Amino acid sequence: MNNINGAIIGLGKMGLSHAAIVGAHPDVEMVAVCDTSSLVLGAFKRFSQVNVYSDYKEMIEKEPLDFVLIATPTRFHYPMVKYTLERGLHVFCEKPFSLNFHEGEELVRLAKNKGLVNQVGYHNHFIGTFRELKRLLQAKVLGELVHFTGEAYGPVVTKEKGSTWRSKPEEGGGCLYDYASHVLNLVQEIIGRPVKVIGSQLKSIYSKGVEDAVYGMLILDNGLSGLLSVNWSDETYRKMSTSIMVKGMNGKIICDATEIKIYLKEGSKKEGLEKGWTIKYITDFAIPVNFYLRGEEYSAQIDYFVDCIKNKKQSVFNNFEQGLYTDKVIEMIIADYKQQ
Amino acid sequence: MDKVIFGDNQFFAVNHASDDKARAQSIRFKEDSSIIKVIDQAMDLGINTFMCTTHDRIGNVCNHMRANPSRYKDFNIYPCMPYAHKYANAVTELGILGTIKQYVPGNIFSTFAKGGFALLSKDFIGMMQLLIDAELKMFKGINTPLIFIQNVLVDMILGLRMYDVFKEYDTYIRKKFNAEPGYITMNMPALLDALNSVGIENPIICTSINKIGFRMSGGIEIYEKYLNEKQFRPIAMQVLAAGALRPKEAIEYLGKFSGLESVLFGASSKEHIQETKVLIEQNL
Repeated sequence: MNNINGAIIGLGKMGLSHAAIVGAHPDVEMVAVCDTSSLVLGAFKRFSQVNVYSDYKEMIEKEPLDFVLIATPTRFHYPMVKYTLERGLHVFCEKPFSLNFHEGEELVRLAKNKGLVNQVGYHNHFIGTFRELKRLLQAKVLGELVHFTGEAYGPVVTKEKGSTWRSKPEEGGGCLYDYASHVLNLVQEIIGRPVKVIGSQLKSIYSKGVEDAVYGMLILDNGLSGLLSVNWSDETYRKMSTSIMVKGMNGKIICDATEIKIYLKEGSKKEGLEKGWTIKYITDFAIPVNFYLRGEEYSAQIDYFVDCIKNKKQSVFNNFEQGLYTDKVIEMIIADYKQQ
Repeated sequence: MDKVIFGDNQFFAVNHASDDKARAQSIRFKEDSSIIKVIDQAMDLGINTFMCTTHDRIGNVCNHMRANPSRYKDFNIYPCMPYAHKYANAVTELGILGTIKQYVPGNIFSTFAKGGFALLSKDFIGMMQLLIDAELKMFKGINTPLIFIQNVLVDMILGLRMYDVFKEYDTYIRKKFNAEPGYITMNMPALLDALNSVGIENPIICTSINKIGFRMSGGIEIYEKYLNEKQFRPIAMQVLAAGALRPKEAIEYLGKFSGLESVLFGASSKEHIQETKVLIEQNL
């Protein structure tokens, strides 16, 4: 099969990172990029061979594309994804997926009807330790589950200043859409889908207008309840650190991007896990990639997306429907908080 | 280059296998004096090169070295820039233009300032030079014979196929700082090809090299092939594969490659520093 042609819309931090990963992919030709910053486009014009656009519709009309990767601020996702799907192109969209459940639903339907590959950038599912956590829970090593916590902390906003789209809640700024969405999506795909939220707290610490921390309780479709605790104004962390703890009748598992710590009351012969603590590291679970930038998971998710396009299969990890469900839980948390 | 290069990850809560261990390290190295103490121990064991990021706290270590010139006059620092998390967090919060405004020295939006002129005329090389100057300011008066760009930036430029940026960096480091340029990467084979393609020959490349292929993108076979067949000056890092390998087996593996010049490693205790140093000297 010939190379697949791709383009990127939005060259912020994630867009640039995706552009490098797509650019390095042996099966993909990155033919064009689109952004509104003349400074960024100028750099591409000066140093790279790709075509540059400031109008995404013009890019999609003029370039012979197979897929478009959208990494713009969240409020642009709906019109851009819609336009791209309508032209019959596969779409990889950054998270969070959409700001409005009904719009998101329309996109899920459209992608499905057109049979196009659709994926959202919840990259944690491409981290080997979280995959292992899911596998161990499915193998029921913890027995009946009793509780979970989903946490993420990091140092994004540690001072009172700054005003970009990230400080506007109506545009998808704030810790809930940015940090907490990762945790909600992990909980949803690894433990169970939240169907009810209670006691939600959205706290501003340094930001004006948006929350810097999100706390609350999640009730899942399997009846299990657990806690959400997310704070992006925590400078005790060097970078974003996401973790999931699951407690069961037979022990507990604490999992993050670097290690998985398993405590079992009764060992599991089948899994080769002894009674007591077992600690395993990412070195055992990392997904091999051909190009590395900031973490295997960022390349692995693009490899997977490209593989789905090449082999004409639908993505099982991070498809639009799964991304949309996370949007729904975000809406539930906002509604619960406002109601209090 | 010395065979043994002492690294700084342990001082700044960087641990590729465990966030818990990373946190314990950040508590231990809360005071700059505890960092200096470990560097001094490494020096007393005969290590003469320290490779470090342009983290703010390294500035304090440099102040100490400048204040004690007789002790450190023969000591080398290999700076690695930029300290990427500083910029990554800033881009999330302020956007790309906001980040440039924050970190390019002087008033970037004034056309009278050098920075302002660079921005207005989209003089990317000029902007790059201003950022390099700002990052390296803390090392004034200290021996920095080799200056690296960090892997996040190297690999970003590599993926974007903007290879001319490497050329510009290479020229500027040699001319302005009278130093050798170096490159840290997680994608060594692809980087070497890219550097060669813009006429950079026999470059100094610091990259993951370990027995289990951890963070060796594209697989261990192609790394071994390049180490055995290509012309470049490799420095091995992540040799313990984030703790998955014991020092002895890890460093014996490195002995297979006759072209390997140096090994970068970090450790917090005198015993570990001594043990690793001896192993490197025996095997390389």
